[in-house]
Amino acid sequence: MADIRMRVNGSIEKLDVEPRVSLLDALREHLGLTGTKKGCDQGACGACTVLVDGERISSCLALAVQYADRDITTIEGVSDPLQESFVRHDGLQCGYCTPGQICSALGMLAEHAAGMASAVTEHVADEEIELTAEEIRERMSGNLCRCGSYNGIVAAIQESAGSAR
Amino acid sequence: MTYVGKPVDRVDGTLKATGAARYAAEFPYPDLAYAALVHATVARGRITRIDAGLARKTPGVVAVITHLNAPAMKPPPKPTPMDLSTMATSSSVSLLNTDEVHWNGQPVAVVVAETLDAAREAAHLVEVEYTELPATVDFAAEEANARPQKNTLLSSANTQKGDAEAALAAAPFSVDLRYTTPGVNHNAIEPHSTTAYWDGDQLVLHDATQNTTWARDQLAIRFDVPKKNVRVISPFVGGAFGGKSLVWPGTVLTALAAKVTGRPVRLMLTRESVYRTVGGRTPSIQRVAIGAEAGGSMTALIHSSVSRVGKVGGWTEQITTVSRHMYDAAALQVRQSLVRLDALPNTIMRAPGESIGSFALESSVDELAYQLGLDPIELRARNEPARNPVDGKAFSHRLLLDCFEQGAKEFGWAERAPQPRATRDGRWLVGMGVAAAYHPAWQFQANLTLRLSADGTVLVRCGFHEMGMGTATAISQITADTLGVPLDAVTIEYGDSDLPGAGTAGASAQTATVTASLLDACEKLTDGVFALARKTPGSPLRGHRRQDVTARDGGLYRDSRGESYGEILRRAGRESIDAQVGSETRLGELTGQVRFMSKFLMDRRRWMKAACGAQFCEVRVDAETGEVRVSRWLGVFDVGRVINTKTAASQLRGGIIMGIGMALAEETLVDPRTGRIVNASLSEYHVPVHADIPTIEVRCLDDPDPTMPLGVVGLGEVSVTGVAAAVANAVHHATGRRIRDLPITLDKLL
Repeated sequence: MADIRMRVNGSIEKLDVEPRVSLLDALREHLGLTGTKKGCDQGACGACTVLVDGERISSCLALAVQYADRDITTIEGVSDPLQESFVRHDGLQCGYCTPGQICSALGMLAEHAAGMASAVTEHVADEEIELTAEEIRERMSGNLCRCGSYNGIVAAIQESAGSAR
Repeated sequence: MTYVGKPVDRVDGTLKATGAARYAAEFPYPDLAYAALVHATVARGRITRIDAGLARKTPGVVAVITHLNAPAMKPPPKPTPMDLSTMATSSSVSLLNTDEVHWNGQPVAVVVAETLDAAREAAHLVEVEYTELPATVDFAAEEANARPQKNTLLSSANTQKGDAEAALAAAPFSVDLRYTTPGVNHNAIEPHSTTAYWDGDQLVLHDATQNTTWARDQLAIRFDVPKKNVRVISPFVGGAFGGKSLVWPGTVLTALAAKVTGRPVRLMLTRESVYRTVGGRTPSIQRVAIGAEAGGSMTALIHSSVSRVGKVGGWTEQITTVSRHMYDAAALQVRQSLVRLDALPNTIMRAPGESIGSFALESSVDELAYQLGLDPIELRARNEPARNPVDGKAFSHRLLLDCFEQGAKEFGWAERAPQPRATRDGRWLVGMGVAAAYHPAWQFQANLTLRLSADGTVLVRCGFHEMGMGTATAISQITADTLGVPLDAVTIEYGDSDLPGAGTAGASAQTATVTASLLDACEKLTDGVFALARKTPGSPLRGHRRQDVTARDGGLYRDSRGESYGEILRRAGRESIDAQVGSETRLGELTGQVRFMSKFLMDRRRWMKAACGAQFCEVRVDAETGEVRVSRWLGVFDVGRVINTKTAASQLRGGIIMGIGMALAEETLVDPRTGRIVNASLSEYHVPVHADIPTIEVRCLDDPDPTMPLGVVGLGEVSVTGVAAAVANAVHHATGRRIRDLPITLDKLL
């Protein structure tokens, strides 16, 4: 067992976990933060996306012990107009992939703001890359939605990106 | 109406967007243990040895349950129309009460441990040996052994009108084509999950299910306890699409593990375990043959199908149903046959039958149109039936041609050059395709109670289910409008077997089913309120007749005279007033079932009821690689009245997207030697992702069906129908190639 501390949604959490426990299971089963979802447990669906020091990761592919002393944000710690946009644009149906979509979108918007290009960026050297629907779709493709709320999700992200950011 | 027909935000949207909505694996219990399954690795055989020694020695393991030590359960009930909950039996196998193996992947042991990781580690350490028995697992190889499928009360597998084969042979124009579709899986993002605990002989289960009543009844039978001892709670389900309708092994085995260990137990299936223990959609082989006159009028329509069931169970899809209702062919023949495999029973998946049947039929209509030199929409118009083709029944409502007309205009269909491979944009070949969508309308039986309180709030209690359709939102809207109260005055309780039962969330029937009972209950309630007012001295409603009074503005009014519900109740000294539809007693249940069956049979004699639509698709196909991208989509639907334009559009888009997946990517691959699913994961089974999906435009004609409650037809499934055909037809238009075997992957276009 390993005693670790991590900052989760702003508060310091002490955890006593085996080295093999994933960050996802640590959040859900040890800390009771069930907003982060498990869909495949192998990095294929994106439902478990959380933010680590502002960057999005698949928490099912991360070991909790690797994230000692890091700053983790789960959906429970997110309070962002993007969430209202998701509701307004109906970017969700069953809601199970939603926390992952929202965390992923926040991470993606930060990547975009930092000038990161994607596979569909035409001019990767441009200082400002326009966040088109195509860019959003490409950058969000690690987050599956089986209910098919993709249009609403893209609209919500566009609205959110277009206003405050 | 204030709310019905409006784009109201989901009532549970904020819960979902903040992570506060709890799904079945997310209810905390002290002393919770975790379960993991061990799957058989042979398709058919007997277990000769199980060595759980290493597994039991694994630190943290609480129990390893196998057929050698599992307590006896009652066998799964045989499906019978006398008790609809028996339909939830997913297989006849008495799991862990037998040494027999009936499919590759059948659970043969359950490990329970203090932690999830310990359970999974120990599950890998259980050693199982088998005597293998000969097994039939290869669907394609069994085609010749298919046996005719029987007609049942609820669906007809064989129909004949005239001599279709003779008419086909005599037709001046004809197509006679063979199609195949692979097995596919639901892949709801929430894996099937259960949290179970026993308190004496009382069982509480948090389960991801589309039918809490059926789950409760099945578990009561299996564990031999009264129904009232079992409670199944399921307020949020993370996607289902039919895959959570029946009671699958994980649910029963979690309850068993909880019983054996005396602790609360949670089992969230791994994605692989979902594939191994929960059935998907059957593969199919289909023949569609159409004969026509030179002017396009159809003289013969033949549609036959071969699909599969497991020898231990399986859902038979109504694959040829579409051909019974779509075209006015003079002679018509539909036939379905089945092969029986040593395989996990297949099950209901979004538009079972119509989804894959419409692929074959609507592709064939397109081929015939090309042969005749007719526009595919014009060919459909020339064969649009005035009455149901198979039996001459009246359509309750059918605006199929309006859907095509509106869609063609908006999509720019007329600008399309009819000949294939005529449009190119750089390396992309561009094509447009069209197909009809169709799904029958169903309505089941729901019990429901209403409570109106003196503070003006309304509580609806009804055990329906929420897997993303937005039913709670729609029912809130209807309640608010019918009683004339604000939306936020309405609270809905659902997703719990202790509530009045609402049956299954399936067949696109839930909104119509619950609405019928809700409208009844609202009428009873306002009758009750009016009766109170009439009896109470001083009420402005005294002396008025019921039929002159309407529910609005939070009360009952005649013209300007009337008063609020609160005033009426307070004046009568009441805190609240209730109304009820249906009852949970055994007699009440029976009455409900009889009422459902008699209405079903009477309706079936009089009407053909369905949702329909027109799917328009534009694809771009890479001329070098054969890669297909869907670039535009428009679906125009006749789904009766739309309660919520926002959630309805989302659900329609979702069906179209699932259809695009079926058309271009999805395929559950089975090893034909061993019967084992080889791509049991989301990395090797491809569902559409953000980048695959353009803007999906959907329109609804929003014309109420006069025979359905509030005119609601239901729209959960119609939108997946016709999609694969529209894609295949667009691919043909782009490339000149007809692909009749799904999915349309690159290799088939090279």
